[in-house]
Amino acid sequence: MEKEEYLDLYYQMVLIRRVEEAAAQLYQQGKIGGFLHLYIGQEAVSTGLISARQPQDRVITAYRDHGVAINCGIPAKKVMAELLGKTTGVSKGKGGSMHMADVSKNFWGGHAIVGAHLPLAAGLALGDQYLENDAITICMFGDGATNIGYFHEALNLSKVWNLPVLWVCENNRYGMGTAVERASAVSEIRQKAEGYCIPNDCVDGMDVLKVRQAAEEAIRFVRQNNSPFFLEIETYRFRGHSMGDPERYRKPEEVKKWEENDPIGIYRNHLIAKQIASEEELDLLDEKATKETAEAVQFAETSPEPPPEALFEHVYADVS
Amino acid sequence: MAKITMREAISQALWEEMERDPNIFILGEEVGVWGGTYAVTKGFYDHFGAKRVRDTPIAEAVIVGAAIGAALAGTRPVAELMTINFAFSAMDHIVNEAAKLHYMFGGQFILPLVIRTVGGGGRQLGATHSQTPDAIFAHFPGLKVVAPGTPEDAKGLLKSSIRSNDPVLFIEHATLYQTRGEVPEGDYTIPIGFSKVQRPGRDVTIVTYSKMLETSLKAAEQLAKEGIEAEIVDLRTLRPLDMGPVIESFKKTNRAVIVEEGWRSFGVGSEVASRIYEEAFDYADAPIQRVAQKEVPLPYNRNLEQMALPQVEDVITAVKEVL
Ligand SMILES: Cc1ncc(C[n+]2csc(CCOP(=O)(O)OP(=O)(O)O)c2C)c(N)n1
Ligand SMILES: [Mg+2]
Repeated sequence: MEKEEYLDLYYQMVLIRRVEEAAAQLYQQGKIGGFLHLYIGQEAVSTGLISARQPQDRVITAYRDHGVAINCGIPAKKVMAELLGKTTGVSKGKGGSMHMADVSKNFWGGHAIVGAHLPLAAGLALGDQYLENDAITICMFGDGATNIGYFHEALNLSKVWNLPVLWVCENNRYGMGTAVERASAVSEIRQKAEGYCIPNDCVDGMDVLKVRQAAEEAIRFVRQNNSPFFLEIETYRFRGHSMGDPERYRKPEEVKKWEENDPIGIYRNHLIAKQIASEEELDLLDEKATKETAEAVQFAETSPEPPPEALFEHVYADVS
Repeated sequence: MAKITMREAISQALWEEMERDPNIFILGEEVGVWGGTYAVTKGFYDHFGAKRVRDTPIAEAVIVGAAIGAALAGTRPVAELMTINFAFSAMDHIVNEAAKLHYMFGGQFILPLVIRTVGGGGRQLGATHSQTPDAIFAHFPGLKVVAPGTPEDAKGLLKSSIRSNDPVLFIEHATLYQTRGEVPEGDYTIPIGFSKVQRPGRDVTIVTYSKMLETSLKAAEQLAKEGIEAEIVDLRTLRPLDMGPVIESFKKTNRAVIVEEGWRSFGVGSEVASRIYEEAFDYADAPIQRVAQKEVPLPYNRNLEQMALPQVEDVITAVKEVL
């Protein structure tokens, strides 16, 4: 990997963190409505994962999607504008936090019904297989999503039809307030892939380089074999499930322990220890991310509200 | 009479029923340790324990399916679907199982089952999380559909739902939980399947239910200032639908506006309007008006969302249309 690439991974993670910290504030000020699910703590997962894809590879995820959107190359300002419901947002202010997508970046959303996008991912891969495209689909979902029927139907089909899809479970140990062990018969989620004879791996999601390496191998496998692969990524969300979560289900000490494993801190130390980058270089990137975030907020706040006509646009693709 | 919130009313009904009958238990996502995402079952887990307040995996089909099975086996489950939008994941079990089993097996199967869920828009949750698909569920014979608009009704109707031997879909509204109202002391029930006049009037009949009761009452207040007295009939139950008070009111006012939060096409308003025409056509002095949600998936943006949802002004305009 070139130095630039190392630094780029760092920058993406810091940018996601800053953007979400700003979003949390805007939420508290009432400028963002609805649900806001922060990705803070999990940044290394999508950053490492998506850095390993080819541009033709598709990405689809659940509602915890701001980080994924940024990793897919959507400018922070368009993410922020969507959070504020502005016309300049990625989904033109119609989707909000949970429903971001940018087809031009091969990012297929942002889906808020738990597990419902897994069958869609199987279908995206089916389309590519059918059209003989050299593309794979990367489908991200939470541990909680592996308990709904959609998950099992999609995995099974992907194996039976040899669909080029990479299933990525972000195991952050909780689905809302329910710990994995309380909801899933197996707490090592990859075992579920075994049940469908899908080759699998498990990786530490707090280490962006490990994620990237595992993702590279997994993506290569899917592309070469034209068949599914399952990657479990162990991670943790530092914030509540969404804003306003009373967090009665976990102890502050547990959160604190994980926060010591901050993926950004780990990576920063690594870059310095391996002399890939200096403190000063990284500080500059931190500043740059802070600046880009401030600009994104400014852009979003000064962007126009959607006009009333927008309400009736896009109900159907066929005009008239 | 005590003045309590809708949340308290629903919570009390559940609590009192569970105290009364040990065979009643709750299952659903985050109902236990979390205390319910709308805090309705707060404190239940500590009081009733893990056997009777069961956190489930995120798996709506098996929540409803298992509740049906457990009901058949002799318990009285109250299943909670976190929101009505997730009921679609359980549609088969609601429609093809719950609504059919008693009839299809010649009355042998008894399903004392309640599915509590939460509907409605207005919270900027976007298209998948803001729906009011009540009419869809009211389409199926065999299922009872209850959707209260006041704390008093919520408490009394939930108790009746729990005591009913039929499957009941009990639809709460996400923006009504803080609404306060008088509730009788002690144990009382309100029977399922009875509409109620919530405000008397002589000039026009407004037929509504759930959240839109609040909207209609506000509209009626404003209309009263102009000397227009609207009579508001609250359906309270969509199936079985009690047209009695609606027809009675219409025969008096000869004009009707139906207000619902869901989409207009194939909605509650369509059903109520045709029944009025069928039963009281000769009494009509003006075409019946329907106020409903604009025919779009609800957008996230606050202004657009509010444009799409029925507002007090829409009700006032519709009333003036029929006068
Ligand atoms: C079908 C469905 N049921 C319930 C919900 C409500 N809900 C939203 S997120 C969530 C927890 C999901 O947990 P997990 O899959 O582990 O993802 P995480 O939030 O941890 O990223 C639940 C229950 C939903 N959106 N869709
Ligand atoms: Mg999770």
